[in-house]
Amino acid sequence: MDYVWDFGSVWEYRAALWVGLVNTLKIFAICLVAGLSLGLAIGLARYSERRWLRWPAACFIEFFRNTPVLVQIFWFYFAFPILAPFDISALMAAALGITLNSAAFSAEIFRGGIQSIDPGQWEAGRAIGMRYREIMGRIILPQAVRRMMPALTNRGIEIFKMTTLASAIAYADVLHQARLIASVNFNPIEAYTVVAVAFFVILYPIVRATYVLERRLAKGD
Amino acid sequence: MSQGPILSIRGLQKSFADNHVLRGIDLDVQQGDCIAILGASGSGKSTFLRCLNFMEIPSDGEISHAGKIVGKARDGKPRAYPETELTKVRQKVGMVFQQFNLFPHMTVLGNITEGLRIVQRIDKTSAEVRAHAELARVGLAEKADEYPSRLSGGQKQRVAIARALALAPDLMLFDEPTSALDPELVGEVLNVIRAIANEGRTMLLVTHEVGFAYHVANRVIFMADGIIHEEGAPEQVLKNPQQPKTQAFLARHKQFEF
Repeated sequence: MDYVWDFGSVWEYRAALWVGLVNTLKIFAICLVAGLSLGLAIGLARYSERRWLRWPAACFIEFFRNTPVLVQIFWFYFAFPILAPFDISALMAAALGITLNSAAFSAEIFRGGIQSIDPGQWEAGRAIGMRYREIMGRIILPQAVRRMMPALTNRGIEIFKMTTLASAIAYADVLHQARLIASVNFNPIEAYTVVAVAFFVILYPIVRATYVLERRLAKGD
Repeated sequence: MSQGPILSIRGLQKSFADNHVLRGIDLDVQQGDCIAILGASGSGKSTFLRCLNFMEIPSDGEISHAGKIVGKARDGKPRAYPETELTKVRQKVGMVFQQFNLFPHMTVLGNITEGLRIVQRIDKTSAEVRAHAELARVGLAEKADEYPSRLSGGQKQRVAIARALALAPDLMLFDEPTSALDPELVGEVLNVIRAIANEGRTMLLVTHEVGFAYHVANRVIFMADGIIHEEGAPEQVLKNPQQPKTQAFLARHKQFEF
């Protein structure tokens, strides 16, 4: 292998990469917050004793868990505008696909976490006169979220990496920008290496931080 | 204050699927009663106790708290028990569980103030004052800031008692409060319960501690097959039982001493 590495040509286009990185972080933030919030809501509905809540939640979960995110993104970007009377931006289509998919997966995490809590905790809350909502919010979820931290961390990592799928509909994320740079300079090795390193450099410290958070949350156990 | 019974039970039944656990129970509990409920496992004594604050929803019958029948009658069906009504009743009925069921993510103080602040909407400072007083009563004043995981079983159960008492209930229910404890920790919990009983607090206590029942209760109920099989003063039921099943049960608990 006589390959001569040339990161200089990537460096020249750092402004474009920076734009891509900002866009990546933007869609990640949207999908993380929306995906986990919607996931919590659907997880609670899935856990509910009321069939009219439980059943639609189960359908949602199964549908979005068992279809590829990329197909969902394509559907929202290319198919949805034909059916609905308004255009949809690449950001919105990609964010919708990733959010709905993540919501389905995190709903199952939330439901599993809630179910793992000893029924005695519900009884203790009921015995002092707390309502369902209060017990769920103050007794069950705080304990469940602690147990779910590793699974939720995984979900966050998945969401971050899934954002690269948005480049498939020309959303100007960091991967999309790298592909432009690579095609202009014929340096795909350097361009994609930089992207991979960028993802690692951003994600790894976040993951370490969640370990610290897990330990801090575990103080009562 | 009404002079009637604080708790009145009529025709109480409870089934789990095909399992008919309670088959018609009638009982009046007067202010200041300390009633011990004995019976072999499977006799329905825990289910009976758990129906009284609606941890289990009765399949049939009526339960009145302070003269008022709980729940709404429905034609041809068991009564309906809306959550709002049950939360009100449960505030007036303290319950202590076999497995303590403390909230592990809260400190001892947090466990006790939770009901005061969230259910009774008392401000933080007053709630903490009350909680400290209850902790002192069960002899754990210095444990306020500990997490439950740092306590022994006996200490956990005393915190659970303080948590229930903090809401100033009219009635206390104890569901085998010492059954999950190591033998050397049983005494400290029984002493706390005895002190509460001596204050004249109304309570029902499911227990295997026959000796304790004899000394603390003013009435003893022996349950078998989902009904009250024998009932009376401890002297009578425990020393001179009339029913063969009561006699057999007590014979198996010969180790107690009066």
